[in-house]
Amino acid sequence: MPSPGDPYDVAVLGAGPAGLAAAVTAAEQGLTVALLDAAQQPGGQYYRHPAPAARATRPDALHHDWRVFAGLRERLDAAEGVTRLYGHHVWSMTREAPGSPWSLHALTGEGDDDDASAPGTGTTVQARAMLLATGSHERHLPFPGWTLPGVVSAGGAQAMLKSGLALPGTRVVVAGSGPLLLAAATSLAAAGADVPEVIEASGYLGYARHPAALAANPGKLTEAARHGAALLRHRVRPRTRSAVTEAHGADRVEAVTVSRLGRDWRPVPGSERRVACDALAVGHGLVPRTELATTLGCATRRAADGTYALELGPLQETSLRGLWAAGETSGVGGAQAALVEGELAALAITARLTGRRPAPARRLRALRRRRDHLRAFADAMAAAHAPGPGWTRWLGDDTEVCRCEEVTAARVREAVADYGARDPRSVKLLTRAGMGWCQGRVCGTAVACLAAAAPDATPAPPDRRLLATPVPLGTLASLTPADPPPAAPDDPSEGHPS
Amino acid sequence: MGQADRTTPADLVGATDATHFFTFDGRRVAARPGQSIAAALWTAGILAWRETRGAARPRGAFCGIGQCHDCLATVNGRPNRRACLVTARPGDEVTTQKGHGHAEPR
Repeated sequence: MPSPGDPYDVAVLGAGPAGLAAAVTAAEQGLTVALLDAAQQPGGQYYRHPAPAARATRPDALHHDWRVFAGLRERLDAAEGVTRLYGHHVWSMTREAPGSPWSLHALTGEGDDDDASAPGTGTTVQARAMLLATGSHERHLPFPGWTLPGVVSAGGAQAMLKSGLALPGTRVVVAGSGPLLLAAATSLAAAGADVPEVIEASGYLGYARHPAALAANPGKLTEAARHGAALLRHRVRPRTRSAVTEAHGADRVEAVTVSRLGRDWRPVPGSERRVACDALAVGHGLVPRTELATTLGCATRRAADGTYALELGPLQETSLRGLWAAGETSGVGGAQAALVEGELAALAITARLTGRRPAPARRLRALRRRRDHLRAFADAMAAAHAPGPGWTRWLGDDTEVCRCEEVTAARVREAVADYGARDPRSVKLLTRAGMGWCQGRVCGTAVACLAAAAPDATPAPPDRRLLATPVPLGTLASLTPADPPPAAPDDPSEGHPS
Repeated sequence: MGQADRTTPADLVGATDATHFFTFDGRRVAARPGQSIAAALWTAGILAWRETRGAARPRGAFCGIGQCHDCLATVNGRPNRRACLVTARPGDEVTTQKGHGHAEPR
């Protein structure tokens, strides 16, 4: 533990698979570590589990690799030098100059805190090195009726089940695209929901175009087979090249329309059929959460599914010296990749800070090879589930694209066609889409697709946000001069990934 | 399979049977220790606890992880609390949040 006022050796932001692996590795190497997470306990979204008060005797029942998490948690408990800062919502990451310590500005007291008199207390954590393990959030494509109660995100259904032990309904259709759908359907069915269908917009044959990526990752095939067997056991029918193109109901969802999709996700007219349900869990893959880094000017790369991930060097360092990333921030790749990258990043940080070799060269080589194999699989997965441009055809004029500000597809299209908007920012200024509470996290993909429909449009750049989470003005006002305000980005020309 | 012999999530993970109660718009709702307000409301079959500012349409939890802010509720008189993040406590008074949640525009 550093003396009061001294920076930590490393701050790890995010206590999911990548952050946990990094924190325990760094601590076991002798570094002082601050491990921050918005949640009240470690695990992230992947290892999300009930609060201790639920006294769950079989938390592993909703996880297929709980042993890995239990092992990490044991190492975390045994490690000296890890300060666990849970319930910390980080809204900005700054440093005065390249080479000086990082400052993480966080809010505590949101969420679980019941002290209404002091919501959102501000705090600042300083560290010599910074590891971003902030994971991902879900990608959403709107469709008529998607704002009805009972339509929930696939990841949200997973999260509410894993930690809240709650189901949104008794008969839950699962739809969208990506491997998360199979995991969500499997756990919903295991927890007692009737899951009549899993509706996947792509086909699974997309993976077959990447035989080398499959051959190098036999574990991924086992995982797919396990989900397949579980779905069969629960009599869940998987449907590919199909999408939910409308949700029906007055005050809550009562049924959905399922349409077959053509090659570019264009709904096939006349293929519609109705499926009765009282809930729909829907999501179209994951988007890396990189805004703290992109706001500082970190280099990004565009993944095969159109999302932006941080561009990293061979040892997980970003284009800003002293800032490393692991897990979904470097491209959505799943928990196994996150674990490997977290360990690799922690070893690289140790080497940088101590100037000594942290691990046998053999270990580093093995981690890098494993990371490269898993990344190749992630790229194949991203390509297989990349949304086709035809999806916008299932939008109605009155379909709300931005849920917060209640902005319809017609208004976004008007901004593009009549007022010349060519990017999400212009659409936002004209319509307020993306200006609400969620800051465009939910509607961002859809708005970008609609803006890109203009013939002369260019792909939207990665998100940059001055504040990564809503901050009360009082907290900003109470920053002391010693806390530098979120200021000009570091010079992005400073260096390339190394 | 009938309702009675359905597995529940709590059975599956072997959670405690203990419950406490809070109110939602005056109705008594059971919650398990540690459960969020949103999770307890879902378990009670309640999916909406906000009316949007524009068209006054019903909304509830969507993302489940505190990102989308669709699940805002008024808890013990304080509006704009994310029900998916706030743990339900015995005796909490949760009410449907209408619009921005304040009686007068601020």
